[in-house]
This record gives sequence, C-alpha cells and structure tokens, in this order.
Amino acid sequence: MLTIDQATYDAIVAHARRDHPVEACGIVAGPEGSDRPERHVDMVNAAGSPTFYEFDSTDLLGLYRDLDDRDEEPVVIYHSHTATEAYPSRTDIGLAQEPNAHYVLVSTREHGNNDGPVEFRSYRIVDGEVTEEEVAVVPELGTT
Amino acid sequence: MAIEVRIPTILRTYTDGEKAVSGDGASLSALIDDLEASHPGIKDRLIDNGDLRRFVNVYINDEDVRFIGGLEAELTDGDQVVVLPAVAGG
Repeated sequence: MLTIDQATYDAIVAHARRDHPVEACGIVAGPEGSDRPERHVDMVNAAGSPTFYEFDSTDLLGLYRDLDDRDEEPVVIYHSHTATEAYPSRTDIGLAQEPNAHYVLVSTREHGNNDGPVEFRSYRIVDGEVTEEEVAVVPELGTT
Repeated sequence: MAIEVRIPTILRTYTDGEKAVSGDGASLSALIDDLEASHPGIKDRLIDNGDLRRFVNVYINDEDVRFIGGLEAELTDGDQVVVLPAVAGG
C-alpha cells in the first residue's frame, strides 16, 4: 500500500494538470528504507511528449547526488498519462528500474488542464511484473 | 589505478549489495570489462550489441559519457564513475 499525505497528492495532481497534454513526471523522496514519501520533487520531462517521459540526464545526476547527500531514495516515481488510463504502459514496465519505488500513474485524460477528478493509482513494477496497490491519502504522514 | 564506480540499487545484486565498487581501465569500455571480471553479469546490464544501453546513464566526473566519447571515453586514476538507470516511460 502507498500512504501519501494530502498536500503531496495535490501537488502531483496539480503538476499533471499544469503540464497536460505533455506527460508530467517527478518523484517523492523519503529517508532510505522508510517507505515515507516526504519531499516532492517535480522534474522536467526532457522528452516534452504526450506519450513519453524521461528525466533529463543532467537533472537525473543532480537529483541522485542530492538524494545521496540526504540519505534519501525515490519512494514514489510518478508520471502522467494524458490520453490513456492510469495504468503502466508496456514502455513503463520495460523501463522501470527502481524495484523499491511505488510507481504512481495519474491520468489527466478526462479533464486535461481543468479541475475535476483524476485517476491516481499506484503500482509496484519488479522484473516486468506489475502489481497494483491501494493508495491511502492521509491528512499528514504519521510520526515514526 | 583505481576508479570508484557508484552502483544503482537495481545493479547491486551484482555487487553483493555494495553501493560503490572499485575498478580500473583506461577507457569506459576497459573499466566495464574489469567490472565484469569481479561482478559477472553486470556488463550485459550496461551494454547491448556493443553499445551502451539507451536507458542506462553513465557519468564520468559528472559528465554524461554520451557527450565525451561513450564507451571510448578516457579514464584516469581517481576518476569517479556514476551509473544511473534512466527514469523514463511512456
């Protein structure tokens, strides 16, 4: 199960709406091994495409250096689908290379840049196998 | 000669869980061959058909190797190599 706080959830949805019809992408970092998505980082989609996303390679290095310095890891890796459902595409499955991450998919196909409900779903993707998981949106992450 | 190589989570199965390993070689290609000798299987995760895999990023001292010669990029003692899987999808 993915447990995420309302403010981070809202920030991801807002990013997806803002970038529609281009796919939005980013991560939510948290302390290594904690499974706590605490720090939202929106990334530029270097592909600038409605059907593909990729972190820019220089941004990617900067991001991971930052995570290293903070003893963090990507707890959530998210991106949007702008014309299809919030389910991992074959490309998503083939390229998923963070076995510990929750892969979040947001679909903006219904309302685009506008307000309105969006699909927000989460998956584990390990060795080409997709497992959907429940998403619990809480007012704030509990203290450990 | 020693070059530090930072290993991403997904490849740590080849390095007994180590986040960084040491290798040597005068080029990226030679370094990868050296890594393969100590960590069998890792080369295939980095190289496909004689070239770097499209969705694996390799950096030498913070430079993406695609801009500095790819597999032929030169290495010298004390260089730091970082391997990061691309974060990408459709």
